[in-house]
Parts: sequence; C-alpha cells; structure tokens
Amino acid sequence: MNAPTTPPPVKTEFDVVGTTPIRKDGEEKVTGAALFGDDIHLPGMLHGAMLRSPHPHARIVSIDTSKAAALKGVRTVITGADMPTLSSTVVAAGEGGEVNMQDIADNCIARDKVFYDGHVVAAVAADNKHIAEAACALIEVEYELLEPVLNVHDAVAEGAPVLHEDYTPGAFLFPTQKALPNAGRLFMEHGDVDATFDACDHVVEREFTTKSVHQGYIEPHVTTAVWTGEDTLTIHTSTQGGFAIRDFMASFMNMPMSKIKVVPMEIGGGFGGKDVVYLDSLAAVMAKRTGRPVKIFMSRSEVLRGTGPSPETYIKVKIGCNNEGQLLAADLYLLFEAGAYPGGPIAPGTMCALTRYNIPNVRLDGYDVFLNKPKMKPYRAPGATQANFAAESAIADLAEMAGIDPIQFRLTNALKPGDMMPMGFPCPPLGSIEMLNAIKNHPHYTAPLEGENRGRGISYAFWFGAGLASCAEIRCNTDGTINLTTGSADLSGTRTTLGMQAAEELGVDNDLITTNVGDTDSVGYTFQSVGSRTTFATGIAVISACRKLVEEMKKRAAMEWEVEGSEVDYASGVFTLKSDSSKTLSFGEICGKADHTGGPLIADASEFPEGVGFQIAANIVDVEVDVETGKVDILRYSTLQDVGKAVHPDFVEGQMQGGTVQGIGWALNEEYFYDEKGTLRNPTLLDYRMPTSLDVPNIDCTILETPNPGHPYGVRGVGEVPIVPPPAAIRDAIKNAIGVSLNDLPMKPGNVLKAIWEQKGK
Amino acid sequence: MSKVHVTTTVNGDEVEFLAEPRQSLLEVLRDELKLTGTKEGCNDGNCGACSVVFDGTLVASCCVLGVEADGKKVETVEGMATPDALHPLQQAFLEETGMQCGICTPGFLISSKELLKSKPNPSEEEIRFWLANNLCRCTGYDKIVKAVQKAAAVMEEA
Ligand code: FES
Ligand code: FES
Repeated sequence: MNAPTTPPPVKTEFDVVGTTPIRKDGEEKVTGAALFGDDIHLPGMLHGAMLRSPHPHARIVSIDTSKAAALKGVRTVITGADMPTLSSTVVAAGEGGEVNMQDIADNCIARDKVFYDGHVVAAVAADNKHIAEAACALIEVEYELLEPVLNVHDAVAEGAPVLHEDYTPGAFLFPTQKALPNAGRLFMEHGDVDATFDACDHVVEREFTTKSVHQGYIEPHVTTAVWTGEDTLTIHTSTQGGFAIRDFMASFMNMPMSKIKVVPMEIGGGFGGKDVVYLDSLAAVMAKRTGRPVKIFMSRSEVLRGTGPSPETYIKVKIGCNNEGQLLAADLYLLFEAGAYPGGPIAPGTMCALTRYNIPNVRLDGYDVFLNKPKMKPYRAPGATQANFAAESAIADLAEMAGIDPIQFRLTNALKPGDMMPMGFPCPPLGSIEMLNAIKNHPHYTAPLEGENRGRGISYAFWFGAGLASCAEIRCNTDGTINLTTGSADLSGTRTTLGMQAAEELGVDNDLITTNVGDTDSVGYTFQSVGSRTTFATGIAVISACRKLVEEMKKRAAMEWEVEGSEVDYASGVFTLKSDSSKTLSFGEICGKADHTGGPLIADASEFPEGVGFQIAANIVDVEVDVETGKVDILRYSTLQDVGKAVHPDFVEGQMQGGTVQGIGWALNEEYFYDEKGTLRNPTLLDYRMPTSLDVPNIDCTILETPNPGHPYGVRGVGEVPIVPPPAAIRDAIKNAIGVSLNDLPMKPGNVLKAIWEQKGK
Repeated sequence: MSKVHVTTTVNGDEVEFLAEPRQSLLEVLRDELKLTGTKEGCNDGNCGACSVVFDGTLVASCCVLGVEADGKKVETVEGMATPDALHPLQQAFLEETGMQCGICTPGFLISSKELLKSKPNPSEEEIRFWLANNLCRCTGYDKIVKAVQKAAAVMEEA
C-alpha cells in the first residue's frame, strides 16, 4: 500500500452530488425486465450440473462416467482430466505476492484430490437440468479416503495431515510467508511488546472464536458460455468483475485475453463472493465439446457447500494500558481458515485489527490455515469483522477494568489524521474524533434505557478499502445526451452514482446521462467491484474522462469563435468566450456541431487511485436478553459512518443498513455447521438462517462527512465497513445487560445460555 | 419423461405449455414461458424470490408444480404495471430505494401486493411480519418497509 500523495483541494459545493435521484436501472428491476445471469436463453443452449464430493478429503482413484454419458439427453460429461493444462501456474498478485492459478482452477473441478465436502469432481451438460442432475447421480467415483483436517488448531498442530505437499502462500492484500505445512504466516512487530506488558497497569487476555458465515447473496452463481468461433469465447455471467473472469479464463483456457468476451449480466448480490471463476471454465469446456451454449446455475446447497464463505477464526488477544487509559501494548495471535487452498483474508484481518488505535508496541501474528473446507472468500471488509470482534471486545473489557468511560477510552487512543499508521505513512484526513464524539452526543446514546436484562453497547471499526484500476468512457450524442460506460459491475446502484459524478463534473442535468456496465470488449480494464472501490475509484476515472471531454469541447467552441481553446471558459453547461462574455455556446450546441468541428465527441480515462482515505464506522445498540432461553433481541440500532462525501445519501444509508444487518446475522445466528466427518450439515436457507425483516429493527443512520482528499469530491469507500462493528457492539450490549461476556460467535441462544451458566451458575 | 399439456392464465393472458410433471411452476414460468421476472434463490421455499400469486394465494412458485397450474390463475411481477403506469408499490420501491441488487425485488413486490390486499394500512410490525417470508441480503429491510408504507398511503388516497 503506497502513501497517498498530496492531491488538489476537494470540491465542496455541489449541484448533483448529494441529491437522491431515482436510479435508472430501477424501473427494469421493479418490472422484472432486468436480465440477471439466469435470465438468458440462447438457441440450442444446454444445461449443466455438477457432481460434488461427499468427502472432505480424499484421493480420486477413478471416475466412471459411462452410465451418465449413455443417458438420453446427455451431451457431454467431463472430469478434472478434461480441463486444459495451465501453461503458467504461479502469477504475480498485487502488493508483491503471488497467486497460484492452478489452485483456483482445481477449486472449480478437482484433479487428483478433493479437499472439501462439495468439491466438484465431474460435470454434465444435457438438454435440461433434470437430465444433467440425473446423469450426475450415475457417475461412479472411487475415492481413497484421507484423514480430514477440520479446525485451525488441528491444522497447525505437529503431525497434522498435510493438504498440499507444496504451496504458494496466500497473498490477499499483503503476501504471507510459508511457515507451516498447513499455513502461511503474516508476522509484524514494532516496539517491545513483552517488556511493555510488565509496565502496564491493566492487562486483558482473551480468546475469541468466530464461525464461518456465507455472503448470502440471493442469486446463486450462474454462467453461460458460448463459443462464437473456433477460438473466440463469450461468457454471460453474474460477476463482480468481468475483467477478472476474462483474465482467469484466459489463463485456464490458455487463450489470449482478447479472444474472450465477458458480458456482465445484472448481478443479484456478491459481497465479495462473486469475483472469481467457479463455473465459467466448466461451462466453456462443455460448450466447446458440444458446440452449443452451456449454462450452469448452482443450487442453493451448492452455493453454500462450494462457494463463499468467510473463515472461521480463533483469535487470542492480549492488550494493556496504563491508569490513564492509554494503550501501551497489544499482542494478537490469529488463526484464520484459508479453506482448501491458500489465500484467505488473514492479512487484511490482521492488519486492521488495531489500526484505529495508536498503540506503541504491537505484535501481530496471523496464520492463513489450510484445512478441508471450501476455499474461503472475501466477505465485505474481508477479515475485519472477525478481527474487530476480538480486538474491540478486548478493548471494551480493558476500559472497564481500568474504570474509564468507554468512549473516553477510545478517544484517548484513537488514530487521528497525521498519526503514523502501521503501513508507514501518516493517517490521511479521517473523522475519527468527530465520530467518537458523535456517539457521545447521539440521541440514542443519551436516551435512558430501562428494563431488566437490557443493555446498551457500542463499538468502533476501521477498514481499508481499495483503489486499483478503473476505466471510463464518455460519448456525447448530437442531441446533447451522454452515454457513459465503465467496466464496473453494478451491485447496488453505482451506475447512478457514477452518472451523478459525470453530471456534477460536466455541470449538466443528470437526466442527460445514461450509464452502463461495459463488457470486456467495450471498455478498458477495470478491477472488480470490491473493496468499496466503485463509486470512489471508478468515480475518479469518470471525472477524469469528463475533464478531458470539457477540454476537447472548449477546443470545439474555440474553433467556432476562431480563437485558441485557452480563450474559452466552461461552467454549468455553458461555454463562454473569455474576452466577450456575450458569446456563449451551450453543452448541447457543441454536441450538435460535433460533425463540423472534428467528429464525434468522446473522452476516456484510466485511473489507478491511491488515496482511498479509509473507512470508519461505529454502532450503538440496545438489546434485551431472555435469560431463560438465551435469545437476544435487538431493541434499537444506530450506526454512524464517515463516508467522505455521500454521492447519493439514500444509497449510502442502504449500504450502512444492509451491512449492519449482515453483521447482526454474523453476531447472533449465522454459522456453518460441519459435523465431525467434515460434512456441512446446514446447506439450506432454512438451516443457514440469515436475518429476516422481523429479526431486525430499523437501522438508524448517521452519515458523517470528512472529505477524502484522494477523490476530487472527497468521496471515500462506503460499502464494506458497515458489517464490521455489529458483533463487538452486540457483545458489549449483552455484557451490559446481564453481566456475561460472550467470546464466541454466533451469540446464539445456546452459546448465551452456556456463558450464563459458566459465568453465573445455573 | 412425457409431458403434460397445461392451460392456465398468467397475468390475465391464457397460455398453454407442455410441462414435465417434475417441473416446478417457477421453472415453467422462467424456462417455458420465458417470464424471467420471477427469481430462484433457493428452490426450496426459504427465500421468497419466486413468490407469485396462485389462484389468489401467495405461494413460493418453486414449491408448486407447473402441472398444478392447469385451470388456475397465476400473477407474477410482469403483471403488476399497466402500459401507462407502474403499480404504486413499484413506484414506491423506486422512490424509497427499496432495492440494491434487485434480485429479491420481484418477490417482495408480489408479497407486498398481497399484504396490502388484505391489510391496506399495515403497521411497521405487520409489514415486517408478513415480509419475513422474503429474504433480502442487500438492504437490511428498512427501505423496503418504508416503500411498502408509502405505497399503502398512496393506494389509500387513490
Ligand atoms: S426460490 Fe422459491 S422460495 Fe426461494
Ligand atoms: S436487493 Fe439484493 S437481495 Fe434484496
């Protein structure tokens, strides 16, 4: 991560940014006309299905597909042996690490070994999905069972069964190092941690655990592959990033990137789980073999068994302060599941566990642990929710031990703009102190809370967010309307927030702009819609393209007036001759004259912004605990977030509310339940239970705006951090309600009762 | 598997199709009739994305067989708007940002329409109770609830 460079001052007066226009893709979504991944039907299209391993760890001895292939309506059956051999397996990742493409390919379909319950071993394409599923049931696989590794402690223990004889250590955000047979490691230390603990007046030591949770997007994974020529492939898919799919596929299929077109369909949620290939390579190979388009749509149980989840974790925290409440030392030991292959979110989890506080002596020791569960995926602020639950809870306990008001304690230690960050550069403008004071003055925080077994909790959270590559192309039509194309998948309304930035920059009516998500043939490379980056980073590309367009249009106006472009001013849709302000041309007039002044008006921009500005959020929550059953009810919930500048405040609130409710689900009831054999026992939405409208109250939102100098309008990423604070806030509220500390997620009735009995007796 | 001839009414139009007995109503709507507004999120009755009105009753169309539609009336999201205007619920979901990705939206719209039929003026609690059949992973529900309240108010006035 590079230090942000000093940027020009941000804009503070806005016409379009900060308003709440209705999203233009909304109408087709309320009428059912919007085309999501599963909504295309191509002529001659076949339907795919997969056979998945029922064993968490086994060697594939043989696969007999003959009966399946003989079933009427079956067009092809493939196994891992039918997949192309990768020409280069280890490729450079960002930030200095490496990614093993073979791991990602093998995660789509196993070659010699299966590594988790639900690992694909074969796939079928047939005339319809029922036939394809029936054929899967006819495939005979002989397995040699291997001892599974099912939890992080077993995996790092000496003598544990080894998953991969050799491995490329994971490099999610920051590279890890090869450390143990089943784990990569990220180790960072500054100051003298051990000696400082001896000097602390108060020290808290806690162990925390969290369970795997799934991103839970309502649309299952789906893709359709069609060969449009001998060596040209088109993929219609639901993805957070068409270019990522294209580049993975180029590697998996040994094809030039330019020969693969990925058409992003409307996407029904992603949250980090839809930025990688699961199905596309299988569909492409089967489409090639049959000469027909192949669509594969996962069932919900396949989604839960084979994709996602966010890792189960074990986190040990030791943290100390002096009598004034100043944090002096912290020591974190984190075991995060990576799942079947390296590359889980250990690094961001470790890195942001404590970043929001200034602590002079810190040791962070994180492990990316391989075991027989699905390959762990990012989920909204990957790794941060688990790490924040542990660190923030320990800090709450420490403040209590020191007898200091919890907000005052955080104010004493909060990272402020200018403070040196662990990454080695000073903290950019960030409303940390403003946010903590805003909690103190919040009507929720100052309202009395009465009643038995009721309590109020707070928490505070930090997340990095991402910049990375984005492209935008803007085209003016002769009637003065504008088409804007970017490469960013739209998960939640970003076509609108990007179009609004264009309208703001150009000074034209927002209704003149139509924004679309380009396919990979029609716009420049754009990184996935992840890391809260779309409105921020792609927004910068949009603004840059608009600035270029205005310069070009000034030249066109100058041509009309027979002067130099520098003689022309532009503001609010009107070009004016500097020397004679009675001479004006409107934006639309210049568009109309395009053919006579040099041809169509277009501009594009590619950007790789560094100044992400970081994200912070805080929660206030009131709960009531039923001490007989252990059930926790949320009575009132408030969230606060520094968003830099809210481009569309309603959408920002939507991100805050949606993320908070996901965090509440993580805190209270969501969990992957594996039995001792390593079989996932709750792969349905009945048993994997996400919050419903009845489980949560309204989430009250406070939007704070400390402009991010890394964006021309002060925008910072918004989408991810809202999920982070809820578990620690709810734990704090439960503790204040019944005097019992919950150190294991989810804080479901069973765990709450257990904690009550352990800490207070039956 | 031999197919069954089915005659049914979808959004007021009489339609015919051939369905295998194992095909769900959801599958038939989407794959045979190409009415893809109704979505599949789970295929086992737990997400509500496939909600349709089946002879006056709100159902999960993934849990109804296509052949059961014979002689029945089916209402889907595609039938909510008229050529001139969106349904007040559709309009309110737009105005109140009652969606993010939009995959759950058809189900919520159909479900809310049935709620307002039986309870034209529901309380927030009643809305939350009724809509607990429908999962939304994006919004946290608040803006959906507000959209239903707004639509209820608009429909009361009309
Ligand atoms: S698809 Fe029918 S309830 Fe989920
Ligand atoms: S808007 Fe995405 S699931 Fe509801």
